[in-house]
Amino acid sequence: MATEKVTAANFNEVVLKSTTPVLVDFWAEWCGPCRAVAPILEEISNEYAGKIKIVKLNTDEEGSVAMKYGISSIPTMNLFVGGEVVKSIVGARPKPAIVRELSEYIG
Amino acid sequence: MSVDYSKVHEVVIVGSGPAGYTAAVYTARAQLNPILYEGSVTAGGALMNTTEVENFPGFEHGIMGPDLMDQMRKQSLRFGAALVTDDIVSMNLEGEIKELTDGMGNTIRAKSVILAMGSAYKELGLENEKRLSGRGVSWCATCDGFFFREQLIAVAGGGDSAMEEANFLTKFATKVVIIHRREELRASKIMAERAKNNPKIEFMFNTQIVDVLGEEKMTGLKLKNTKTGEESVKDFTGLFVAIGHLPRSELVKGQVTTNSEGYVEVEGRSTKTNIRGVFACGDLVDHTYRQAITAAGSGCQAALDAERFLAGH
Repeated sequence: MATEKVTAANFNEVVLKSTTPVLVDFWAEWCGPCRAVAPILEEISNEYAGKIKIVKLNTDEEGSVAMKYGISSIPTMNLFVGGEVVKSIVGARPKPAIVRELSEYIG
Repeated sequence: MSVDYSKVHEVVIVGSGPAGYTAAVYTARAQLNPILYEGSVTAGGALMNTTEVENFPGFEHGIMGPDLMDQMRKQSLRFGAALVTDDIVSMNLEGEIKELTDGMGNTIRAKSVILAMGSAYKELGLENEKRLSGRGVSWCATCDGFFFREQLIAVAGGGDSAMEEANFLTKFATKVVIIHRREELRASKIMAERAKNNPKIEFMFNTQIVDVLGEEKMTGLKLKNTKTGEESVKDFTGLFVAIGHLPRSELVKGQVTTNSEGYVEVEGRSTKTNIRGVFACGDLVDHTYRQAITAAGSGCQAALDAERFLAGH
């Protein structure tokens, strides 16, 4: 399953009410590290389809959501379980490092 | 890009800043079929997080850092370099055939290796700096400046990167305060002048950051005057750390000789390390100049050194 785009309008539906863990990638077009980590998230989303949902939130377009979650660095990848942030990964990391961070939720 | 793991390659390049890509351009033109590991999230190196590069010769009106790297990358591809978007996680450099393992667990073998891993941001080393990273503390103004609109921001450092970050951040911030431990800036004249002439920038000299304050978000800094020892607390909602860099030499430590700061040591004016067939270039070696152009220059030297080594092999 590929990563999908999420907005303020569907955040509640797609992220907060999800029954599977959701990793929200807060990103923007002009952010180099965000572009670097994007294909890695795409791969993880495909490899762990069904176990985790990975969605992307554009902080330029959806500033209100970013502000609500206190985002001040991008990329920030927040993991939501049952509507709550259970983990926050700040900054681009290699794939094995991200998988390790998510391991207890995708194992 | 698929790589043949069964054969022994002529040269593998690790790292993809100006040094790595230049080494790739030269070794590719020398028909050595270089394999370049760009890094899974660090491709392009330090310039990917900069804005305008004004001093790279050949660009009269300057060029954006990421665009410059994209051009170098494409130039290396044009001559047939194989670029791999993955990290090297371990290296065995002793012996005739060098063995490198990538993040996917593949082992690639080569007769020569060019090390161009560059450097990473130096941290202040404070416990709360880590905890509040992404909650006010940042290392990348171009990535994060946007989130600090109408806020009061501190920039730690006194070099060119600190000046550049501070100037960039004034686009968003109400005020930017450059906090520097020493009496004088380390930055080049042009960068220092630009910061000094910026009405939104203020300076605090002889000041050390001793703690980053805040629970959920950063709220301030605890500062110490290095002359009087006096401590004070100042409100800030953002801190950008630009106090210098550390060479990324962990992977080769114990094999390749490094100096006390971790920079790889090379023989005289060459790029030869203490191991035959292993060359080093760019910020991994250079603690003096640290420019895109000097990194590119040393990448070229490493390629020529490797080429000569292989010819005499």
